[in-house]
Amino acid sequence: MKTNDVILKTTSHVVFFIIFLFSIHVFLAGHFAPGGGFVGGLLTSSAIVLLLLVYDIKTVQKLLPINYTIMTASGLVLALGTASIGMFMGKPFFKHYFDHFYLPLIGDTELHTAMLFDTGVYLVVVGVTLTIIQSIGGDD
Amino acid sequence: MKMMSNFLLLPIIIPFFFGMLLMFAPKNIRFQRIGAMTGLSIAVVAAIVLLFKVKNEGPQVVTFGDWPVPFGITMVSDMVSALLVLTSVILAFFTVWYSIAAIGKERESFFYYPGILFMVTGVNGAFTTGDIFNLFVFFEVLLMSSYLLIVLGGEKAQLRESIKYILVNVISSALFVITVAYLYSVVGTLNMADISVKIADIQQPGIITVIAVLFLIVFGLKAAIFPLFFWLPSSYAAPPIPVLALFGALLTKVGVYAITRTYTLFFVHDMGFTHELLMILSVLTILAGCIGALAYFDVKKIIIYNIIIAVGVILFGVSQMNDNSLTGAMFYLIHDMLIKAALFFLVGIIIAVTGTSDLRKMGGLMKTHPALGWFYLIAAFGLAGIPPLSGFIGKLLIVRGGFEAGNLWGSLWILLSSLVVLLSVIRIFIYAFWGKEKGPLQPVDKGYYRMMFIPTIILVVLTVFYGVGSEWITPFMQDAGNILNNPSVYTDAVLKE
Repeated sequence: MKTNDVILKTTSHVVFFIIFLFSIHVFLAGHFAPGGGFVGGLLTSSAIVLLLLVYDIKTVQKLLPINYTIMTASGLVLALGTASIGMFMGKPFFKHYFDHFYLPLIGDTELHTAMLFDTGVYLVVVGVTLTIIQSIGGDD
Repeated sequence: MKMMSNFLLLPIIIPFFFGMLLMFAPKNIRFQRIGAMTGLSIAVVAAIVLLFKVKNEGPQVVTFGDWPVPFGITMVSDMVSALLVLTSVILAFFTVWYSIAAIGKERESFFYYPGILFMVTGVNGAFTTGDIFNLFVFFEVLLMSSYLLIVLGGEKAQLRESIKYILVNVISSALFVITVAYLYSVVGTLNMADISVKIADIQQPGIITVIAVLFLIVFGLKAAIFPLFFWLPSSYAAPPIPVLALFGALLTKVGVYAITRTYTLFFVHDMGFTHELLMILSVLTILAGCIGALAYFDVKKIIIYNIIIAVGVILFGVSQMNDNSLTGAMFYLIHDMLIKAALFFLVGIIIAVTGTSDLRKMGGLMKTHPALGWFYLIAAFGLAGIPPLSGFIGKLLIVRGGFEAGNLWGSLWILLSSLVVLLSVIRIFIYAFWGKEKGPLQPVDKGYYRMMFIPTIILVVLTVFYGVGSEWITPFMQDAGNILNNPSVYTDAVLKE
């Protein structure tokens, strides 16, 4: 018997984007408020896990054709690269730089290199979580 | 802040970076091999340069993120750490070289080399860090990678043993964090130099001694001291030989290093209790190792039990806490890392040639593989410490240190254990190389045989140089022994910039 999952499918189309956008919000909130790459990454993965629940692995693969191993590796490279900036400037490893910039629409914004590092963390967390979930959940 | 003090991070960062690169194309075996070899050779060069830098300029210190010292995470490369880092990258290099022939394509295309590189990152980080919590983090890095390496391949024995291995390590890691929290609640700092100074200030009250024993349990589980070695022999026997060589040569030594560091830097004010305990445990460790080394007919098991004996010998040296014994312990530690890897490589070739790891089914290899036999004999003599080979000086200094500290029986026990060690490895020689052939040899491809044999020979020759050239190595070891014996050298380097 085919299960009727119309409600699940319909709501997931909306809920996926809510979770995803919220994860980006949490990720960006990270520097001064609770949040950051790790939590943001986990939330994003949970949004994708919702899709995996509603559809199957193949559909989600088609929807988001991402190689999560490479995603993890790029995240690591980005994080290490950001941490090494200090080494090339004659400062200790992991030295943190920031400054104020005037961005159109947003106005005066403080930009940190910690943000780049966190992006790396974000990519690693999403990559690793989904690799684990796919290899446990994917039976072939 | 000295310029270029970031240099000490290179032996940690380079393997890490190459491990990441290898993750981009896990199925391209050529890329994997070349990437791993290149990364590790660059790391070896960096580690050699670092060693001489430390020799000439004294301990190198860098604190992450430009934070002031007791607050930021400090990385300290003193002579002890520089020597260990160099040895670990050299061993990783040879293991990768040996693996190309020995490990098989399935594993190579499933993150085997990234696993090794990340493990080296963790090992070097653990040797270098000057922050006790960061030590935990690096322990986790190397353990994660070792979980991958021990289970990779998914043979029945591997799956069974990896559960045991993971369980033991998860429990000891949990205990590690708890112990660090205890220590933090007493001294209020995580910076190792700062902890050393603070403990000296409060003259090590009872609670600190309790924490010292807890640390001994935590690191003892990893270093396999008596009675916490129970998990080691069967777990290490499960993965293939190159992984076993890497584990046997590096992982237990990280535990030994951690005990050495904490027992020479922190807990030096109640030696009547802590170091006495360490000495008793190390003597019992040697006893347990000796029994195991003689009891088995499995070549892997014999060498694995020899790891346990060596751990006991090194820690006995540490427990004596004088210049000679500490220099000897450093000498012996490096010797043991090199020789154990060489022996595992040799045993791996013997197993590949005969197709069995049971001594009783081997024999007569001397006729067909004379070179293998002679190199095995050299390595075996080196392990037992026959002069002028590599194990001799270290053991001599440890025993002399033991006599100086007035521990006659312990020192005699070390000497006696050398005979047992010699007997246990010569048994392999007698069974495997003498006598008649006991069965058809495995057809091993000539090219593959050479690929395994060449790194092995070079490593054995390296250990011979380590013994014969000890005159030249001694100044480095004395520096290392000196820094272990005088915590103020370490703390001054970190705290007074």
